[in-house]
Formats: sequence, C-alpha cells, structure tokens
Amino acid sequence: MKGMSLIVRTIANISFPFILIYGFYIIAHGHLTPGGGFQGGAVVASGLVLMLIAYNAEWISQRIKESHLSIFESLGALSFVLLAFLGIIFGTAFFSNFLVGTESLFGGIPLDGAANINTGGIIPLMNFAVGLKVIAGLFAIVYVMAHFISKKEGKIA
Amino acid sequence: MIANIPYIAAAALIIIGLYTIIFRKNLIKMLIGITIIESGVNLFLITLGYRKGGIAPIFTGAPAESTMMFPVPQALTLTSIVIGVAVLALMLSFIVHMYRHTKSLDVRKFGGDDQ
Amino acid sequence: MNFIDLIMSHAPALLVVIPLLGAFLTPLISKINDKIRNIFVISILGITAVFVLLVAQQVLDTGTITYVFGSSLQTQNNTVIRILFEIDALSIFMALVSIILAFVASIYSWGFLENETGQDKYYTLLLLMTAGMLGMVLTGDLFNFFVFIEITSIASAALIAFWTNRVKAVEAGFKYIFISTIGALFILFALALLYGQYDALNIAQLADRITFTYLDKIALIIFISALAMKGGIVPMHMWVPDAYGRAPASASLVLVAATQASLYGVFRVLFTLYGNVIHLPNISFGWILVILGLITMLVGVIMAMIQTDFKRLIAYGAVAELGYIFLGVGTGLTIIANPDIGISSAPFAVEAMKGSIFHIINDALDVGLLFMIAGAVYYATKETSLNSLGGLARNMKYTTIFFIIGLLAISGIPPMNGFASKLLIYESTYQLNPIISIIAILSSIMLLAVFVKIFQSVFLGPKLKKFDDVKEVPKSMLIAMGIVASIIIFFGLFPDLIVSNLVEPAVNALIHPENYLQGLTGGL
Repeated sequence: MKGMSLIVRTIANISFPFILIYGFYIIAHGHLTPGGGFQGGAVVASGLVLMLIAYNAEWISQRIKESHLSIFESLGALSFVLLAFLGIIFGTAFFSNFLVGTESLFGGIPLDGAANINTGGIIPLMNFAVGLKVIAGLFAIVYVMAHFISKKEGKIA
Repeated sequence: MIANIPYIAAAALIIIGLYTIIFRKNLIKMLIGITIIESGVNLFLITLGYRKGGIAPIFTGAPAESTMMFPVPQALTLTSIVIGVAVLALMLSFIVHMYRHTKSLDVRKFGGDDQ
Repeated sequence: MNFIDLIMSHAPALLVVIPLLGAFLTPLISKINDKIRNIFVISILGITAVFVLLVAQQVLDTGTITYVFGSSLQTQNNTVIRILFEIDALSIFMALVSIILAFVASIYSWGFLENETGQDKYYTLLLLMTAGMLGMVLTGDLFNFFVFIEITSIASAALIAFWTNRVKAVEAGFKYIFISTIGALFILFALALLYGQYDALNIAQLADRITFTYLDKIALIIFISALAMKGGIVPMHMWVPDAYGRAPASASLVLVAATQASLYGVFRVLFTLYGNVIHLPNISFGWILVILGLITMLVGVIMAMIQTDFKRLIAYGAVAELGYIFLGVGTGLTIIANPDIGISSAPFAVEAMKGSIFHIINDALDVGLLFMIAGAVYYATKETSLNSLGGLARNMKYTTIFFIIGLLAISGIPPMNGFASKLLIYESTYQLNPIISIIAILSSIMLLAVFVKIFQSVFLGPKLKKFDDVKEVPKSMLIAMGIVASIIIFFGLFPDLIVSNLVEPAVNALIHPENYLQGLTGGL
C-alpha cells in the first residue's frame, strides 16, 4: 500500500494533533459530559488510523510495533481491573468508588450545575484505563488488517 | 401514531437485516446485515428510554426543573455498540483470512466439506 | 475483619475477576518465558477452581448468595439499581462444570500446543472464555448475561479459528461468531422487550413482576431459540460439527462447557425468569423441550454414524448427548405443569430433572475426554480421518484405555457415570410415555455402535507401517485425560454422593424459583 498524495498527508499532519486533543478531552471529561473511555479512545484511534492511511503501513510499523500495542492494551485492562480490586481493599465491594468524598485527586462530589473535573472518584481513572485499552486495541485491529493487505499486494506485485 | 415510528423503524431494521443475512451471498453484505440488526435493536433500546420533552441525562449544567431521558437504556446501548465493534472486527478479520485463502467472498464457495 | 474473611466475602466476584486478571496478565508474562506462562495459566485456573469449591460449599450450606458490585444494594422505586451476581446451587454446579473443563484444557494444552505459534493469544483467549462462562452462569442480571455471552462467543470463535492457516478452521470460526452474534442480538432484543414492560433487568425482580403478556411470550420464544441455537440443539446444530471438529482439541473441550452454559441459560429463563408463570395450566412448553430433545438425540446419532472424521463424529455424539439433557428437563417441566398427567408421577418430575442436571456434568466430562483422545490421536499421527487410522493400540496404550473409559461412559454402560444419569432419565421418561424412553435407549445403543466402530478402526487392527514411529503423547496430555477419566469412574461408582450433594440442590433451585427471589430480598 503506497501512501496518499502530498495534499492528503499535509492535511493529516495538520489535523492529527487536534484529533488527539479532542479524543483526550472526551476521555478526561467522561464523568461530566457524554463520552468516556471508549468514545474518546475511538476518536484517538481514528486519528492514528488517519495517519496510517495517509502514509502507509510500513511507515507506521517503523514507528510503532504491534507487540507494543498489545502491551498497552494489557496495561489498560489491567489497571481497570486493579482499580476495581482496590474497591475491595479500601471500599466495600468490587468496583466500589472508594475515592469519592475524600480530599484526594478526583475526590470531590459533583455539586449541581458545577462541572468540576476534580470529581467522580475512580470513574475518571477508569476512563483513562479504558481509553488506553481502546486506543491500543482499535488501532491494533486496523494496523494488523492493513498489514494483511500490504502483504497481499506485495505478493501480487 | 407519531410516537410509534421509532418502534416501527426498529422492527423494519431488524427485518431488513434478517433479509440481508438470509438472501445475500456475499460475506461482507451478510456482515452489513448483522450490523443493521444491531442498529435496529439499539434503536429499540434507545426508544424505550425516551421521555417526551426530556433533555439529555447530564447531571452537570442541567436546569433544575426538567425531565431527563432515561439513562439506563443509553448505557445498555453503548455497551452493545462496544461489543458490536469487537464482533465486527473479529468477523472482518475472519473474512480477510478466508479471502486470502480462496480469493472469493461468495458464501457458496465455502462450507463444502472435504470428505 | 481478617484477610481470609475479606477474601471469602468477595469470593463471588473473584470467580470472574481472577481469570479476567489472568487473561490480561498473560500477554505480559509470556514475554518472559513459555514455561512460566503455562504454569501461570494453570495456577490461575487452579485458584479459580479452589474459589468455585469454596463458594460451592458456602452456597450449599447457606443457600443463595447475592454479591452486589460497586457498593451495598440500593433500590429506588422498588427497582434494584446495581449489577449483582446471584449464585444458587444450579449456578455453582454449572460453574463447577466450566472450571473443571477449563482447568483440564489448560493442562492438556501444554503438551498439545507445544510447537504452535501464537500460544500467548491462545491462553489469553482461554482465560477470557473461562471468565465469560463463569460470568454467564453466576450473574443475576439479564443484560450482564448478554455481555458475558458475547465475551464467551468472541473468545471461543477466536479459539476455533486458532489455526488460521487452515481455511476450514477460519470458516468454522466465522460460522460460530455469525450465529452467536445473531443469537445474542435477539437475546438483547428480548430483554429489551422485558425491560420496556417491567423496568427491571434483574432476573429475580423480573421474575417477580412478570405477568406473561403477549410480549412476554414473544420474548420467551426468542430467549429459548437463541440460547438453544448457541447450545446446538438440533434444528440449529449446523455450526456444532464444524466448530468442534476444526478447533484445536483443547478448545473443543472448553466449547463443550460453553454450550452447557447456554443450556443453563435456557433453564434459567424457563424455570426462574418465567418460573412464576410457567406452571400455569395449558402452557405445554415441556413438550416442546421433549420433542426437541428427541430430535436432537436421533439426528445427532444418525449423523454420527455416517461420519468418517474422528472429531466431527464426536461432535455429532455431543449433539446427541445434549438431547438427553433437554429430554429430562422437558419431562420434568411437562409433569410439573400438568399435575393430572399421572397419579404417582410427581416424584418422577424431580427424578427426570436430576437425571438431566447430572447428565450435564457427565456429558461435559465424557465428550471432553473423547475430544482429548481425538486430539491425542491427531497429535501423534497428524491424522483425523477414520479411514487412514488403525492399529494405534499397540503404540498408545494409555490413550486406548482412556478411550475405552470414554466409550463406555458416553454410551451409558454401567460402571461409568453416563449410566447413572441416563438411567434416571429412562426411568422417569417412561412414566411420561414409554416410547420416549425407548427412543432414548435406542439412541444410546446407536452411540455405543458408533463408538465401537471408532474403537475398531482407530485402535484395533494390524499395525500400520506409516504409524511405526508413533509414540505415546506427552505427559501433560495424559495427566489431563487421567484427571477426567478418574472423575468419570468416581462419578460412576458413587453416583449417589454426587446426586444428593450437588445435583439435588441444583434441581431444587430450578423447581423452586422462590428461593432465587429470596436471595435478592435477603440482600435488601
């Protein structure tokens, strides 16, 4: 698979950081606005896929390895489960939101009308974990499929 | 009557999806059939949570006197969409593999047993 | 509260979480070393098995356990608003079946997949599938049930297509995921029908509110057909031989448990979700199950007779075995729903259900053992066609002994466990209609014939030149087969022990749905 034209690549270069920031915004505000780990992760992953299409699979594979993606995916899932586990130790049950009401990070309780990012307990943290997993997972899917296709074309040519 | 349109649309989507699965022979089109069924079911779930004149169920910034949509069906739909993505990715990977082996997407080319 | 108490009070959640955690850790651990990863996977499943036993003891002692995720149980307008696990004797029985097979499969895979690539993905999927199956049988929430079904089917489809260089395997995986996705989507639709009417997703709460409206009937039909499709009951069995036959033998083993978990779904829906209304007169759902069971048995056995592939043949045998389970439960349901069917037949309803539930674990063990033997034969000879195999008894004596055990067990010959459960089914179905039990016995005999044919063509006969250098399979595979074979013999020798300690509570949980409902109110 060859990369796309110069115009496409330039536009992709320009829009890539904005897509990433928008995706991370959705992940970070998951407990306040619609969205969350999955949606934001999907946005970020689509930004990465944009780069993969604009350039080509080989160009990406020089920068990111598939094994690294699977490690990130595992880390995301692990931190999600471990956060839930902490609920057993510090809270009352699995998935228990032990941070809410404390004075720590994300410890606040959302008051009506006030969109305060420092609220929600473990929910924002879990959103980050899910976001990491979704970014790595969704991008890995497209990445592996792109490699299928580029290999196939290599055989024909 | 107008309130029933989403239900009718959901049923229509499910039936169209089933038709696609049963009568199309192309693997990709069958896959599209599954996603159409999924959209129908999701639409049905979302419609269950609709309240007339309601606003989106976001706690922060909501006016004090307001009806909200029911958030649980929306959460269910979201979960089902996430699962749908995973299933779709898996099926597409299978189709890529099958295409690489046989150079065909016709469902009639598969399934014959070798004994 | 000390540490042990803390762990024990959270044991129901840990049952699902430990395999899940293991699944996500496996890709990281496999970076170190293959051996460490295998030990890790086996120990994770071993720990889960220990927890299943601990929870089983707790359930059998104290009755239904409710575990609420997030925090303590909360209700609003009389609606439970938390996700919870509700574990009664039937759930824990099914969890036991799943975990035994998964544990054995992990031991078996060590030898079986030794020289394959992609093992870290395989073990991840195996653990994920175990987590899905356990979640399916333990959950007390319908939507959660749907999620776990999807987790199980995604993991199992990927396991079926493990040998991606074989187009048949990928095709079987595609077929499986296609069918289970449609099934799962319709389950979602049916639960939305119930949710729209009763504003609840909790099984116990739904069961309490259900009034058997027209929409409920539609939902019931959708539930039963979708779950039976995933379980491989006959009109919807076409994916079974492909999936079982093309998957690696160790994956077929766990797939057996996954189909059993789907059957659990059928029973849970019929007896608990619709438990309050299914006893109404003139609802003869039992007969539908009986007829499905009979067709499943006959078609499975007849199709098994004409197969020439070792694993496909066993797969059809497995289909036939599922028929017995449906037959017994259907008989029980018919008798319960129509008390006037016979004067003294009420105890036979319980007998039939006992036979069925006992047959779930027996079927899982017998079919699992046979799949492992087919895998062992494939491992040693790289051959699955019955026409080109022969004379293996000379080189593989342990495998041959295990095959004899499996053969006797699956066809219900006395010293084995299959006999114990099948006898219960024969006795009780005879009370409903003698013809049913005659058909059941007949298909058992035909199963015996089929498996004797395999025995003759694979293990007996002259020594073939091409199999001269065939050796016995690695120790880990023999150990796995040995574990299952010894459980089979143990169950065969002491069926009363199992029936009275494990099966009877499970049957009671089925026919008395009010206990399940009390599990919820007890937690309130």
